[in-house]
Amino acid sequence: MTEFLQHLVNGLSVGTIYALVALGYTMVYGVLKLINFAHGDVYMVGAFSGYWLAELVGVRSPYGADPPGAGETFIKASLVTLGAMVICGLLGFVIERFAYRPLRQRPRLTSLITAIGVSFLLEYGFQLRPIIRSPIEFPPGPSPRVFPALIAREPLEVLGVSLSNYDIYGFLIAILLMLGLQYIVYRTRFGTAMRAVSFDPQVAGLMGIPVNRIITWTFVLGSALAAAAGIINAVSRPKIEPLFGLISGIKAFVAAVLGGIGSVPGAMVGGIVLGLAEEYVAGYTDSSYRDAIAFTVLILVLLVRPAGIFGRFTVEKV
Amino acid sequence: MSSARAVFRSVLPFLVGAPILALLQPVMPADYAIILVSVGVNVVLATSLNVVNGFTGQFSLGHAGFMAVGAYTAAKITVGLSGVQLILLPEAVSNQLVFAIALLAAMITAAIAGVLVGMPSLRLRGDYLAIVTLGFGEIIRSVIENMKFLGQATGLSGLPARTNLVWVGMSAIATVVMARRLAVSTQGRALFAIREDEVAAEAMGVDTTGFKVRAFVISAAYAGLAGALISHAILLATPRMFTFIRSIEVVVMVVLGGLGSITGSVISAIVLTISLEALREFQAYRMVVYAALLIALMLLRPQGLFGTRELWDLPLFRRLTRNRLAAAGPAGASPAEVRDDSTGPKGVA
Repeated sequence: MTEFLQHLVNGLSVGTIYALVALGYTMVYGVLKLINFAHGDVYMVGAFSGYWLAELVGVRSPYGADPPGAGETFIKASLVTLGAMVICGLLGFVIERFAYRPLRQRPRLTSLITAIGVSFLLEYGFQLRPIIRSPIEFPPGPSPRVFPALIAREPLEVLGVSLSNYDIYGFLIAILLMLGLQYIVYRTRFGTAMRAVSFDPQVAGLMGIPVNRIITWTFVLGSALAAAAGIINAVSRPKIEPLFGLISGIKAFVAAVLGGIGSVPGAMVGGIVLGLAEEYVAGYTDSSYRDAIAFTVLILVLLVRPAGIFGRFTVEKV
Repeated sequence: MSSARAVFRSVLPFLVGAPILALLQPVMPADYAIILVSVGVNVVLATSLNVVNGFTGQFSLGHAGFMAVGAYTAAKITVGLSGVQLILLPEAVSNQLVFAIALLAAMITAAIAGVLVGMPSLRLRGDYLAIVTLGFGEIIRSVIENMKFLGQATGLSGLPARTNLVWVGMSAIATVVMARRLAVSTQGRALFAIREDEVAAEAMGVDTTGFKVRAFVISAAYAGLAGALISHAILLATPRMFTFIRSIEVVVMVVLGGLGSITGSVISAIVLTISLEALREFQAYRMVVYAALLIALMLLRPQGLFGTRELWDLPLFRRLTRNRLAAAGPAGASPAEVRDDSTGPKGVA
């Protein structure tokens, strides 16, 4: 039972991160019908931006001889998180504006190939030797970095399950962000416009919706969520390197497909279901197959219910 | 074109190529030879991937997985039979015969893997197919990494050095001839029809899934061949040789040359391999260059360098061959652009 609960906690902790990243895939797919291959790398850039910002604002180790006060820690942690979200939002804007927008009228395959290109540019560009040395090292190079502890880690034990305040904070922040997004998508004028563009971009344009601006903001929003996910993940699993976005990105994509790509609640449910599935399967069987689990789930979903849990079936018209 | 002539024209490249390569083999310095081997292997890979991505218009990202299947099959056979000498044959001939069997087995197992992957996934379209093939490629790799029999993550080492210029050259020629013959056959027409408009092709009675699976299997078999060749050139087969990145490299070659152009695939495989070899000291920039190349190409010339045109569509070649079939070839008749398979809204639906 304890083992079961432990897997539940771990699964939820990973699952909420998949869910946050999956939201970016699903929103972009909704408005552009494009799998933004580079989204996993935006998530990676989010973690690195957090790392640099932590260096800039001078996050001191909370374990040091002179531990910073709670207020100071809180302010710095939020600065780092919000800053990383802004940086990734900008990155999302740049990617959309210069790589995808010129190709919007072209065949979808063209955009897909460009997306793969952008993804590899970020991954391998970040692996180059640093060109700028101070105040931050950019690009960071191939060796893994250790993400600083933004807040002090306090191990907890509930019903024999070991977890930490990181898991709890991460989960709460992720849920808050998702509720916020839910509000934006379903309760604001921007959200209404976004859903209209997703429904039919041409008609939405005719109704006076600024389609380009909506698409740009969708990218910005998705990328900011990915940055938050990157930081939540990096705080509890502090090893970051330029390639870690690739596999996490693909898994988050699987989560989006599982939930029904294009559906916002679907991405949240899909992410959590995938996180739990991975944790339970790897936990009770052979953990060396962990990375293959997500792909197996993807293939099963596409074969059995291609529209996903929340998706609607569409009939192709000619 | 009579069938005897067709056979002759298919066999001719082998007859010309084999003696030249056999003469070249002993005089070629080892470090140039290995570059030529990787050029040849990349020609096989790019041309075979072009059958799926170019001819059929499906987007596969799992080529490296099939390479792995071929490489491990061949390695198991050559290592297992390394002490065996066939009766009545000198050792060299016996070794080459064993390698030939290994190559054939590599193609067959890779083709079987192609059927297993293709049957379920080819019902999907466009970007979904791309992700699923990527997933299958990673699953193949993950399975290999977990099998004791295949040496897990360290892979198989101590493979006999069997790959030489003749094998590689013959394989490259075989792949190009196969692709060329396929393109002018009724089978090839069906593939082009699927690329141009899948729904229309289906309405015209083309068994779209069946043809897609066939194209996929052919492509997988040649990828297996390439995997077997490269592993017996560097005497090693490890899972790290067959990652997703390897698949992307091949995709870049095909896209750069032009989806659907055999000439394009061959030329871009040669040019990219040699130029990256020449820039070996900038190894770190290799993938950055690939990525930038992909983006720039999509923005500036999405149809690739050759589009869907071929060398033999040039007026000069047509006059030389006076081959009407080739002149009206399918590649020349199709629009030089990547087709949209969008399922999104198209104005009035």
